Amino acid sequence: MVDLLTIIISKYNYWGYIVLMMIGLYAMIVKKNLVKKIIGMSIFQTAIIFFYVSIGMKKNATIPIISHGHDGGEHAVHAVDFINPLPHVLMLTAIVVSVATLGVALALAIKIYQQYNSLEEDEIDSQIKVK
Amino acid sequence: MSQHFPAFIIVIPLIAAFFIFTAGWLKRTYCFYIAAVALAISLFSSFGLLLQVLQNKVVVYHFGGWSPPWGIAYRVDYLNGIVLVVSAAIAFLNLIATKKSVEKEFIERVGPFYALYVLFVTGTMGIVVTGDAFNLYVLLEIASLTGYALIGMGTEHAALASLNYVFMGTIGASFYLLGIGYLYIATGSLNMFDIASILPNIFQSNVVLFAFVICLTGLFIKMALFPMHTWLPNAYTYSPSPAISLIAPLTTKVMVYVMIRILLSVFTPSFSFKSMAVNTSFVWLAVIAIVVGSILALSQQSLKRMLSYVMIAEIGYMVGGFWLANRAGITGAILHIINDAAMTLCVFLVAGNILYRVPGDSFDNLKGLFRKMPFSMGAFVVGALSIIGVPPTCGFFSKWYLITGGIAAGHYGFVAALLFSSLVNVVLFFRIFEIGYFEPFGDLHISGSMDEEEKTFDDAPLGMLVPLMIVAAGLIVLGIYTDTLVTKVIQFAIPGGIS
Repeated sequence: MVDLLTIIISKYNYWGYIVLMMIGLYAMIVKKNLVKKIIGMSIFQTAIIFFYVSIGMKKNATIPIISHGHDGGEHAVHAVDFINPLPHVLMLTAIVVSVATLGVALALAIKIYQQYNSLEEDEIDSQIKVK
Repeated sequence: MSQHFPAFIIVIPLIAAFFIFTAGWLKRTYCFYIAAVALAISLFSSFGLLLQVLQNKVVVYHFGGWSPPWGIAYRVDYLNGIVLVVSAAIAFLNLIATKKSVEKEFIERVGPFYALYVLFVTGTMGIVVTGDAFNLYVLLEIASLTGYALIGMGTEHAALASLNYVFMGTIGASFYLLGIGYLYIATGSLNMFDIASILPNIFQSNVVLFAFVICLTGLFIKMALFPMHTWLPNAYTYSPSPAISLIAPLTTKVMVYVMIRILLSVFTPSFSFKSMAVNTSFVWLAVIAIVVGSILALSQQSLKRMLSYVMIAEIGYMVGGFWLANRAGITGAILHIINDAAMTLCVFLVAGNILYRVPGDSFDNLKGLFRKMPFSMGAFVVGALSIIGVPPTCGFFSKWYLITGGIAAGHYGFVAALLFSSLVNVVLFFRIFEIGYFEPFGDLHISGSMDEEEKTFDDAPLGMLVPLMIVAAGLIVLGIYTDTLVTKVIQFAIPGGIS
């Protein structure tokens, strides 16, 4: 029991992203409303962004900006003192991608609503079957 | 000049997309010509790159002068050199072939259509040319997002089908991203070949195992391998025909390429094939995909939907051939990426030509088409024979390699599935030949009752027919030069350790 607790607590960032990801996946699979599905998709993508952001984090470290010393001299740089900026920078791109995906999905949802006058999946399905 | 070819391939279409969008407001006729010039440059560059690869084996391009693993490197070798040329040629030929049908279908929206078209090509070519795992994800999303938008421009239930594709595609791409994240945790690098040099020391790590599983799952969703195929048929059926003859040949085939690239170049064969010991299970998965895809294709009543299911079976060919893990199987898989892309282009172009002249593509509408559109249907026969696998068309040779690989690996289930699928394809396509050639039945007895309209020659315009004829001839040329292709290019694309 104690072992399990240590695993959960010491790796809480991974558990956090897994829980979020499963919430998103659940919404995409189970919810019948298309906008709810789109929200689920957004949660799903955000979970992965959190995962990346959390792996760049380091204890007792600061943001990776090198401060210059007096008279233009420079301090020695210790990598230990700085968090890893690369995953964060990657996620700037991933955020843009997920915003674009959200935009395309919502645009399609508008088109679907204009076409079927509904965003509920079962109502749309019944309309398709009648035709 | 020639050292910048890898950049030209994607930068020129990317810039062209903005110009096309602007030209769509000013003068719509310019859109096509800008797109044509951009894709021609892209095709020329990729051809030049293949020639460089044939001389120097590998071409590495450092974006912005940053050397890997810090910067993004574009790396072209035998494997992606040939895939690049084929993708660029398909994008260019399809652009020329569908000019008339785009003008007819997207009267006001020509500008956005061509902008999306060119962006899609940018993404696809970028996926093939890049040597950076995260860059691949970004370009994959560029290709997917434009693909969703292109499919969403269609009629009937296109928007709904496209939204389902958005959900599935996003899950697939996100899984791939997650896998890359775990690889990054384990190795601290994103450059594919840098990762490959670090990985062998930590093959036993569970992190690497998880990265392998999750990457592969994402790619399987993206390439529509059987249980994850549900997004494909609807999206491809309702999509506008000029878009689908671009998306269908490229998307899934390029994803198979990505699988081969990730497993051979990043995880290396010794990990993918030896220490994982999952080969046989994946081949069986492919066998199920082939059999189920073929059976589902039999029950369809419209041309594009039937072709979509045939494609699901074809994905099984490539995945199965690759996981046979011997030289013949992988050669067959790589060869089939090229051949299947060309065959798919051919049959979907014909479907586009038919829809240009006939109101729908259900089998009832295909009656008497051989009289009405002899040239289009002639090309369709070549494409169909190639999918069935009749020599000298190219489909025969890749199937030959796949079957040889199956026998060499002792996997007779795969061999049986290939033969079964070929037989089903015979039934599928000869049914269409019969409908097109002999139906409507009985009209010959009551002479004069046949519609004049159906009898007369009314094929698609010449601008659509000529590129189609080039593609159809290309299928035979590819078949005849298979040997050259394999001995000059493909055999060098497979790492030496595989017998």
